[in-house]
Amino acid sequence: MTRYLTQRLIAFIPTLIGISILVFAAIRLIPGDQITAQLGTEAGMLSTEQRAALEAYYGLDQPPIQQYFVWLGDALQGNFGFSIRHGSAVLPLIMKHFPITLELAFMAIVIALSIGIPIGILSAIRHNSLIDLFGRMFSMLGLAVPNFLLGTLIIYVLSVYFGILPNSGNYTSFTEDPWLNIQQLIFPAITMGFSFSASVMRMTRSAMLEVMNEDYVRTARSKGLRERVVIRRHALRNALIPVVTLIGVEFGYLLGGAFITEQIFSLPGIGRLAVNAITQREYALVQGVTLFIAINFVIVNLAVDLIYAAIDPRISYASHE
Amino acid sequence: MNKATSLSQPIKQLERGPLREFLRNFRHNLSGMVGVTLVGLFVLISVAGLLKLTPFPILEQHPLDRLKAPGEIPAYILGTDQFGRDVASNLMKGGANSLQVATLSVLIATLAGTFVGAIAGYLGGNPDTVLMRLMDILFAFPSLLLALLIVTIRGPGLENTILAIAIVYTPIFARVARGPVLSLKETEFVTAARCIGAPETRILLRHVLPNMLAPLIVQVSLALSWALITEAGLSFLGLGTQPPEPSWGLMLSSNRGLAEIAPWLIMYPGLAIMLGVLGFNLLGDGLRDVLDPRMRGRQ
Repeated sequence: MTRYLTQRLIAFIPTLIGISILVFAAIRLIPGDQITAQLGTEAGMLSTEQRAALEAYYGLDQPPIQQYFVWLGDALQGNFGFSIRHGSAVLPLIMKHFPITLELAFMAIVIALSIGIPIGILSAIRHNSLIDLFGRMFSMLGLAVPNFLLGTLIIYVLSVYFGILPNSGNYTSFTEDPWLNIQQLIFPAITMGFSFSASVMRMTRSAMLEVMNEDYVRTARSKGLRERVVIRRHALRNALIPVVTLIGVEFGYLLGGAFITEQIFSLPGIGRLAVNAITQREYALVQGVTLFIAINFVIVNLAVDLIYAAIDPRISYASHE
Repeated sequence: MNKATSLSQPIKQLERGPLREFLRNFRHNLSGMVGVTLVGLFVLISVAGLLKLTPFPILEQHPLDRLKAPGEIPAYILGTDQFGRDVASNLMKGGANSLQVATLSVLIATLAGTFVGAIAGYLGGNPDTVLMRLMDILFAFPSLLLALLIVTIRGPGLENTILAIAIVYTPIFARVARGPVLSLKETEFVTAARCIGAPETRILLRHVLPNMLAPLIVQVSLALSWALITEAGLSFLGLGTQPPEPSWGLMLSSNRGLAEIAPWLIMYPGLAIMLGVLGFNLLGDGLRDVLDPRMRGRQ
């Protein structure tokens, strides 16, 4: 286990370095120089000396490799630059918006699991029945409805039939008013959790189907255990292992992938921060948020691999790689 | 490894036509057939949109017929939007745009990804490690974020949307291609080809590539459905297809505010996206069932 852990951690470092190079280079690839990008039309009024002074100030007169190391050094110390529009440093901005996305992702996962797992189990133990057919139709539909469509439909139904507008724009944090906070987040969470519940359902179903044919399930049955006990204690426990992986991967996606849902429901999460930064050409912010999300994603995936290895005794660490 | 059954078949049987056998099996696959039907409809409507065979000229405004509900004026089958443009015509051209982005981006991703994956798997060693690590780095970004980043650098528009989606899905194809190549290069027929002195390129193209088509075809179908969603999502955020060019995602987002008075403006684009994605998903599932019997009924 220790060796496996070390191997994974060592493989993790080049990925991080690669991500940082990519994020750094991406912003440098933007057509036009940064000064013009930041100042817009006003850049035309700069004299050559003023421009040179600004370039020296931002370190833009240095060779790219040196610029990268300066940027990386700053980033490692938590300095991701400054957002002019928000009038704040980038890192505190990210930290301010991140908890909303985190809470949203957490709620979406809870919703997805409480829908997906029961339907998946039912579909598997009533394999090829009417229930199974409905379950599979549900999962097919869930995967085909993109979140921007579901979100739009939810808002439409709520406003037309119930007279509620969930996207009032005044976000209330959980600590201020937990009840109001949950009311504001529940519909975006459903929007994000719905298609994930379809993946959970598919994964639970196929894992259950596979496990139900295993020897240990037959043994459990033949020693006279009740079907309920066989399913809960012997089949389900093993079938849920791949579901755990799926949750982890999806959690990583949700943490960085709530761009559209947050936009539709006007929630000030990190996805909305990123989209606004992109449309307003706030490059330092784009860089910071992208790096933050990508690193998050890699860490979550690493954690999932480790959890997976820990809960599945069949994985032998020695033979890995 | 997964092609073991077909590899051990006598050559004669293979010559009788794997295609015909595939078609026979596929015809009995319900999800595959539903998928083919939906995709076929999608392609038909899109091609008609591309050839301008629409009920009204695309983007033509009819100021007197604004926000007509479907059927209110029989000529507008699916109603009109706030500029009096025919929804059905816009949907057809929007479908053509979406399909164009999806097919071109998946084509690029398939070629690039298969190339990288096959080279990595075939060469092994250091090239393998470096190439796949590069793919892992691209994989470390959530797909929409990576697409957004690329569109930010290159600016919104049709070509850049295609490029963005292609880059996002290249690592997936690299992974899909690498696995079979790893096992195929150890097979006897590859060794035999090498023994008679066939050049490496020929071995790769003539002996390895045809044998890994099955997983690739399945992946292409599924990738098309993701590409449709990504294109619609980018357009929804205003970073994909640019107005006035119609797009399903754009129609959804620009008409969100009108949903209460003109629900058809979001219903039909929504339905179109859903059926398109559903079609490619079902087609992919059906293809997997037929091409890879081990997966049958599992997913």
